[in-house]
Amino acid sequence: MITVLYFARLKESLNYSTEEMELPESVQTIAQLKTHLAKRGEAWANLFNGKQTIRAAINHALVENDAAIKNGDEVAFFPPVTGG
Amino acid sequence: MVVRVQTEDFDVGAEVNAMRLSESNIGAVVSFVGQVRDFNDGDHVGLMTLEHYPGMTEKSLAGIIEQAQARWSVLDALIIHRVGELKPLDQIVLVLVASAHRKDAFSACEFMMDYLKTEAPFWKKEQTPTGERWVEAKDSDNQSKSRWQQ
Repeated sequence: MITVLYFARLKESLNYSTEEMELPESVQTIAQLKTHLAKRGEAWANLFNGKQTIRAAINHALVENDAAIKNGDEVAFFPPVTGG
Repeated sequence: MVVRVQTEDFDVGAEVNAMRLSESNIGAVVSFVGQVRDFNDGDHVGLMTLEHYPGMTEKSLAGIIEQAQARWSVLDALIIHRVGELKPLDQIVLVLVASAHRKDAFSACEFMMDYLKTEAPFWKKEQTPTGERWVEAKDSDNQSKSRWQQ
């Protein structure tokens, strides 16, 4: 199982903030998880089809698309940050 | 070294004095205060809401302080960032850096703000006369950060 969190514009578009999910066998990286999520429907495809910049974090650290995901990880997806 | 993420306002003078008086080898304290503007991208902004990623935010800010300490002689540093609803002229962020000499504090403070802007998980949503909108990240912020990587 992994925990997936969504923030800001993603949370609003998907009407989803957090979920627990079994890690599918086809998913070993952030890029593969994005591809997997994009299959859930139009709102998901719009966000995860690669046309928008979506940042990711694993266990609270910013990562790139090739980062490996393992069972027990907390994965987060969010738009580019705008604090300060 | 202190990191605080809070809804409450902060007192810049009190924070500067607390840091300034904490060690007698401090010769310089640089502060940066960010506040809410009443306009953005040509529109009036009446209210701003700041969302963040609890847990990651604090680690990210602490990591930014550690990176600054690795590059400059920093004697003390503090980041306070507010979340929740803010209105124009409200303070958003405070970065303080103390060092023996001014150059280290100036550079470290600028570095910390450039990294905070591009790495710390905060998102701003603003209310304009035509409705709510999420603030878009600026490429100029990424360019400001990349100059430290050369």
